[in-house]
Formats: sequence, structure tokens, C-alpha cells
Amino acid sequence: MRYLPLTEADRRDMLAAIGAGGVDDLFCDVPAAARWSGPPNLPGHAGEMEVEGHFRALAAKNLSAAAAPLFIGAGAYRHHLPAAVDALIQRGEFLTSYTPYQPEVSQGTLQYLFEFQTQVALITGMEVANASMYDAATACAEAAAMASRITRRRRVLVSGDVHPHYAQVVATALQYTGIEVELLAPDPLGLEDLIGRIDGDIACVLVQNPGFFGRLRDLSALAAACRGDGALLAAVVSEPVSLGLVSSPGEMGADIVVAEGQGIGNALNFGGPGLGLFATREKYLRQMPGRLVGQTVDVDGRRGWVLTLSTREQHIRREKATSNICTNSGLCALAFSIHLALLGEEGFRRLARLNHARAVMLAEKLAAIRGLRVLTPTFFNEFSLQLPRPAAPVVEALAERGILGGVAASRFYPSYPELAEVLLLAVTETNSDAELDALAAALREVL
Amino acid sequence: MAETFSGSRGPFLEEPLLFEMDSPGQCGVDLPAPPEVSDRLGGLERTAPIGLPGLSEPAVVRHYTRLSQKNYGIDSVFYPLGSCTMKYNPRLNEKLARLPGLADIHPFQPISTVQGALELIDQTAHWLKTLTGMPAIALSPAAGAHGEFCGLMTIRAALDDRGEQRRRVLVPESAHGTNPASAAACGFTVDPIPANGRGRVDLAALKAKLGDDVAALMLTNPNTCGLFEDEILEIAEAVHRAGAFFYCDGANYNAIVGRVRIADLGIDVMHINLHKTFSTPHGGGGPGAGPTVLSAALAPFAPLPAVLHDQQGWRLVEHAGADAAKSCGRIKGFHGQFGVFARALAYMLSMGGDGLRQAAEDAVLNANYLLARLGGELTPSFAGPCMHEALFDDRFLKDSGVTTLDFAKALIDEGFHPMTMYFPLVVHGALLMEPTETESKATLDRFIGSVIGLARQARAGEAAAFKAAPVNTPRRRLDETLAARNPVLRWRPA
Repeated sequence: MRYLPLTEADRRDMLAAIGAGGVDDLFCDVPAAARWSGPPNLPGHAGEMEVEGHFRALAAKNLSAAAAPLFIGAGAYRHHLPAAVDALIQRGEFLTSYTPYQPEVSQGTLQYLFEFQTQVALITGMEVANASMYDAATACAEAAAMASRITRRRRVLVSGDVHPHYAQVVATALQYTGIEVELLAPDPLGLEDLIGRIDGDIACVLVQNPGFFGRLRDLSALAAACRGDGALLAAVVSEPVSLGLVSSPGEMGADIVVAEGQGIGNALNFGGPGLGLFATREKYLRQMPGRLVGQTVDVDGRRGWVLTLSTREQHIRREKATSNICTNSGLCALAFSIHLALLGEEGFRRLARLNHARAVMLAEKLAAIRGLRVLTPTFFNEFSLQLPRPAAPVVEALAERGILGGVAASRFYPSYPELAEVLLLAVTETNSDAELDALAAALREVL
Repeated sequence: MAETFSGSRGPFLEEPLLFEMDSPGQCGVDLPAPPEVSDRLGGLERTAPIGLPGLSEPAVVRHYTRLSQKNYGIDSVFYPLGSCTMKYNPRLNEKLARLPGLADIHPFQPISTVQGALELIDQTAHWLKTLTGMPAIALSPAAGAHGEFCGLMTIRAALDDRGEQRRRVLVPESAHGTNPASAAACGFTVDPIPANGRGRVDLAALKAKLGDDVAALMLTNPNTCGLFEDEILEIAEAVHRAGAFFYCDGANYNAIVGRVRIADLGIDVMHINLHKTFSTPHGGGGPGAGPTVLSAALAPFAPLPAVLHDQQGWRLVEHAGADAAKSCGRIKGFHGQFGVFARALAYMLSMGGDGLRQAAEDAVLNANYLLARLGGELTPSFAGPCMHEALFDDRFLKDSGVTTLDFAKALIDEGFHPMTMYFPLVVHGALLMEPTETESKATLDRFIGSVIGLARQARAGEAAAFKAAPVNTPRRRLDETLAARNPVLRWRPA
């Protein structure tokens, strides 16, 4: 067993030093009735070759985006990951360290988190950001709870253009907190009237930009309406690359901005782990959930970083904490931060522009096909397409042709027949011209 | 120490912030020029500069390499951080989780194209259910605290289903802070229960607190004092007799995996930290995964999604309906921490049922070895044997002028990551040491040598040396009060 360094001789010597006759003596506090004597009914230990063989067999049963053109987004985006990102996050000093409780031997983690917080604040257009959450969905729930603490109000309004998983997580997470969550119906056409629903009881309005169906939204009027009624505007971004081209929610007046950071620096990984970004205004700092890294000095007067404002957190405040979160997405935050550092201002803007341009190209190609209609006049790199027939079997037919051609809205909204023919398509810089043509040709065939 | 011209103390190099290295226009990624199109942004294009610095690829690689060198990780040092289980993170796990067939698949691909992924999730579930003896598992929790939340949500949903208004959750004073915080998030009130003189739950006090308004007991077992709750069967019996559920915080499951089945302890629900017991990396604070095993009574209330198997193959249940009529809802986006499951499964397959049991035994042996060898010099809080971690308090430092914090900082100069300090809260100045099974006897002996040496130095009245520690680190003690009083949470241009 290659991970266990003790030898039989070590074990004997150590038991002798302890004064125990055998290892069973060390488990004497386990009630006799609860001791599991037999070996677990599971396979025995295996070498690297066997385990790798097992995994390769599992992996071979999946159609990976490396082998098939992928046009699926809906909250998880496949971007090219520079080689340096994965090489750096696999350094053992990053990979195998713990939460930086001992700052003198954690300045590496603390400094990159401080840089990460700065990057997140800059791209979201906010003043402060935390050191990450699990994912955008849970971050949305934290944002709604935070807004309720700040406004002392108990109602949250969730736009129908928010990712259905985010909306569902908000509803689940808040259901026993006394906060009422109002989920609006899915809104591919941008018809909902949020401003008309705001009143003096609303703690926050949660909107997504770009929307789940792809539409871009000017949040300014909504932000003003929220301000006018004492509510907060929380905005979620599911495609972080959009922030390189689209005006940020902060610039448009949002009070809390959360986002899914996976699209920068992190692979798809079948949807997990994700990376929740969480940013807000400085005045709400003490109501924020999650870890925060702050700048300070050491006894020699040198600049350094520590975890700070921990009196908000569960290990100090217990049931009165702003959140129960402890573990976050540290390594995913590192990958995000490295990728964004490599891109820089120029690269980030160019990557975003490239994504948008390729999505526009696909939208134009598909709009030229009889029977297809782009439902979202504005979008970043993902749009909704109205098909002349149900989208779910179309997606299956495309998969049989080796193309992962979007996701049917009905997968998320099975009880809305009016959405049965809506297909969500995402395009990134990884989709070549040939892939765009292949999708268009395949769609012509299967429709 | 003489200052250098660079300010560095080689090989620890002073490293500026990314933002202070800005070379405007520089870029570490070569991207093609975007094709000219008429945009569909509806006038919402960002116009003002964002403020991100420009750097070349070599500059970025050097920056992060230098930052990494300012960290302690398990790969470099002994890391006996109690309750955190800093065991070796196998490189094989990293390699396999990155296979394109696993890392490069999208959560919303047609189910027919992700059969291997669903099978991987189910295999992970099978191992965890077999090891714990529990019939069901919820795979979506993202971390331990999220697993607590998941478990308490299922309890709350089960109580609602029965029409019971139980709102009080009992939590030992020694519990992780996440326990009461999770209970509060599910709308419960928290009622602390005291420990007895042996560091376990005071059974009589517990029984006195049980009543028809109690929803659950949340108990960590082995507990945060590193002790097995030896009256756990009586505890479970009392909790169930009162009509409440028994939640176990599985943070310390690594001590008993393969030797004790959770189902045999009368536990109804327990989260498992894959980043502890099953060797997935902590990554400087995450990501983790907190799959939560459930009794048959709680299983119907598990959150979405679920993986099922039928004639058509593997299936993903994403909506409440016939297969999940009573689910408490969705608690996370997508389908759980898949990348973490892959690593945990690689570990379980590598260790096998026999290896996992051996790992628990070695973890407990290593901790008891520390307890035995240090017991004469330090002050153990409770009589042994302990489980996977050994708890000491600060009586051995009495009148020395040295605190637990000072002692921890001195260990850094010795080349060790400190033990957990001041937790659990039930003993004074706690020093909680968890060696894990992946440390050799030689490493433990070196550590023991340093701890004994430092304890004697402290008692010899050399407090000043401790107050100055650490001296060999990239930074010495940092002013945490300043950081909190004047929060600077981001870089801003001068």
C-alpha cells in the first residue's frame, strides 16, 4: 500500500511505546456491538496501472468536448486553458496546503487571494470581493440572505432569466429562514416587468446578465428603481468572460454581484467544482459571507496578508455567523487568477470580443436556415434559438452525429410546453469555423 | 539580519503584487484577431478600462512559482493540523481526474454521452454507502458545512412531512462552528450540551435536554477532542426515543473508516469530507466535497439531482417528480463536485477495502504514538487511547510566559506546520495534533524531538525566543488587529 509509510516493525515498536498489545486496544472505546470485524465487502488495494485502467474505461464511455464540437453553455463554459494554469496550480505548495490560518507560512495563498479579490472587484465593477464561494448558485443564495440582513426585509424577487439552478438553490436555501422567495416564470423574450413588482417589502431583486436565455440587459433603470424603494439589486453573471466586453453590473448600479468563475481558468469537470465569485460595496463589508484576505504588516514592518474580519464567520460567531461556509474554492480561485493574469487587460478584452464575434457568426449562419429564429436580439456568446420542432430530440440527433449541439430549454423547464422548441447554444473561442459550419449543416439535416 | 539591496532574503524573494508589475499592452496569451461582425451588444459594451495588469507568460509563471514558495504544504512539511486531516494527496488522483473523458465533459450533455460519468458517481456512492453501511447518499454538497446543511434540510423536510414542529438542535460545546451555523441556516435554534470530565457528551445532560421540540442532535464522532464517543449507542437510543434524528459530523470519519460502520452506531445522517478521509487536496481552502449518507427514513428527502440505473442505462433525476417526490430541493448547481469524486474514487480503488481499514488503524496508531511520547512533557487533556488526533492543553506552559500561539509559531521555525490552536474550545489553550496515517515514524520522531525540546525551553524561562518566533519565514508575525481595524481588501493604484 504505497501511501502508507509505516512498516510492520514500526507498528510493533510504536505499539510497544504506547503500551498497547495490539491495534485493537486503541479502538477499545468503540462499543463491542459496533465493531466491524470482517473486511469490507469491497475490492482490495490496487496498483496505479489497475486504477488507471479502470478510469480510462469509465472515461471512454463519455463523449468529451475534446472529441466532439461542443456548443453547450447554460452556466458552464469551455474555454481554452493556457498550459501554465494547470502546471502552476499543481505545485504542491498550492495544491496540498490548507486554509491559510498560519499567515507566516501561507503568504503565497494569502497574496494570490488578495490579488484574486482585486481582480474580481475590478471585473465586476464593485469595491470589494471575498476569497470565493462554492459556485454561483450558492453565491446567489448568500447574496439574497445578505440583502435581507442589510435591508431587514423578508422578500426576494428572482427574475425568470436567472439560471434555473440558481433560482432553485435560492428557493431551497432560504425556505426555512423566513425569507419569502418569489421566482418569476422563465422569460426567453425579455417580457417580465421587474420594476413594476418592486415595493417597500423587497429586500433584493436578483437578475442575471447575460440572462440564462442569452439576452443582455441594461440594469441601470432597475438599479434606480431598487434604490428608490430601499431594495438592493443583486446581479449574477454565469459567463465570466462576458465581463471583458459587456458593461459590468457594478457600472450599471448593482449592489451585490455574484458570478460563476469556472469559465476562467477551470475545466468543465461535468459541472463541479465551480467557483463562486462574490463582490459588493464596501459599506456592506461586515455583512459579507466567506473568507476575506486583508493587507497588514509584520513585526518588521513588511507588507503581508492575513485572513481578516473573521468575527463574521462560523468558527467565531457560530450560529450568529453571516454564513456557515468554511471550505471555499481556493484552488479554482487560483486557476481563475492565473488565467486572468495571463490574459491581462488586452487579452481579457480580446478573448471576450472573440467569443462574441464567433457567436454572432453562428447566429447569422443559423438565422439563414429556414425555420430557425434567434429569440434573443442581444447576447454575448450564447443565444436562444426557436426551432420548428421540439429541441430535445434535435439535441439527441445532433449527438448521434457527434455534435454536442446545445441544450434544450425543456431540460430545465419540463412543465413549460411553450419552451419545448427552444434551444440554447453557446459558442466560445474553442469553436472553429469548421465546427460552426458542421453544426449548421447537421441542424439542416435533423430538422 | 542585514538588509539586502533587493529587500529579498534569498531564496525567499520579495514579490510584488500582479498589479505592481503591469506592463501595459503586454499579454501572456496569443489569441487570433476577432472577426469583424456587427455586434449584438445593444449598446452595453464596456467602455472604461478594467484595470487589469498586462504581463508576459514567463512573468506570470515566475510570479506564482515565487508565491508558492512562501507556502507550507503537505508535500513539503509535516502538517499535523488537528481536525483538518492533512494526509498525502496522491498524484494519481490528479492525473486521472484530468482525463479528457472526465474533465472535458459538460454537465448538460445528452445523458447518452455521459454514461461513464454517471457510473463514476454511482461507484463513488457505492463505496461510501458500503463503508458506512448506510442505504442512501446525497452527492451534491460542495463541502463539509454544505453537507451539514444538506443533512439538516433533509431532517427539516422529514419533520415537515410528519407534521412535526421540532425546532431545537442540540450541539456539543466542542463542535465545529459550522454545526450551529448550519442549524441556524435551516431555521433551527441551537442548544449547547456540555462535555463530561472524560471529554465526551454528558449523557445525563443530553437526556435532560431531549424533548418533543428537539429535531436533532449534531455530534462529531470521533469528537473534536480526538475521542470516540463511547456511549454513542445509548446516545442514539435516547435521541431516537425522543423522536429526534441523530446527525453525525463526519469530519473525523478517517479514524474509523473500515473498522466501524456508521449505520451500526444508530446514526441517521452523516456528511463525509472527501478532502479529509478520502485524500482529495485542500488546495489552500478548497474545493471540497461533502457527500451525505442517509438512513432509509431520510433518503426520500435528499436534494436533487440523483443518479439512477434502469434498462436504458444510467439516468440523472434533475426534477422533483415520481423519482423524487419528497426531495428537499436543489442545493447546488449542476451535479455535485464531480472532479472531487473522481479523485476520491481513485483513492478508494487504490487503497481498497483493506487499505482503508489499515489507513484508519495507522492514523490512530500515529496519534497514540504522539500522545504516548509527548504525554510526559505536555499536558494531555484526557486519558487515552485517543483516535486519530491527540489533544493537549496549555497547562504545561503554566507560568512560562509562553502561550499556545507562541509555541505554534516556534514550531514553524522547526520546519513543521503548527497543530490546530485554541480548538476545541472546551480546553484551555488547546493544541490539537493530527498526524494522519501518511507520516512515517521517522517524521513523527523528528517532530516529537522538536516539541519536547521546545517544551523544555519554555519551562527553562526562554519565553523571549518564543515571542520572537517565527524568524525564518517570508514574513514574521503579522498584525491582525491592524488588518481588521483598517480593512484593505484589494489593491488600489497609488
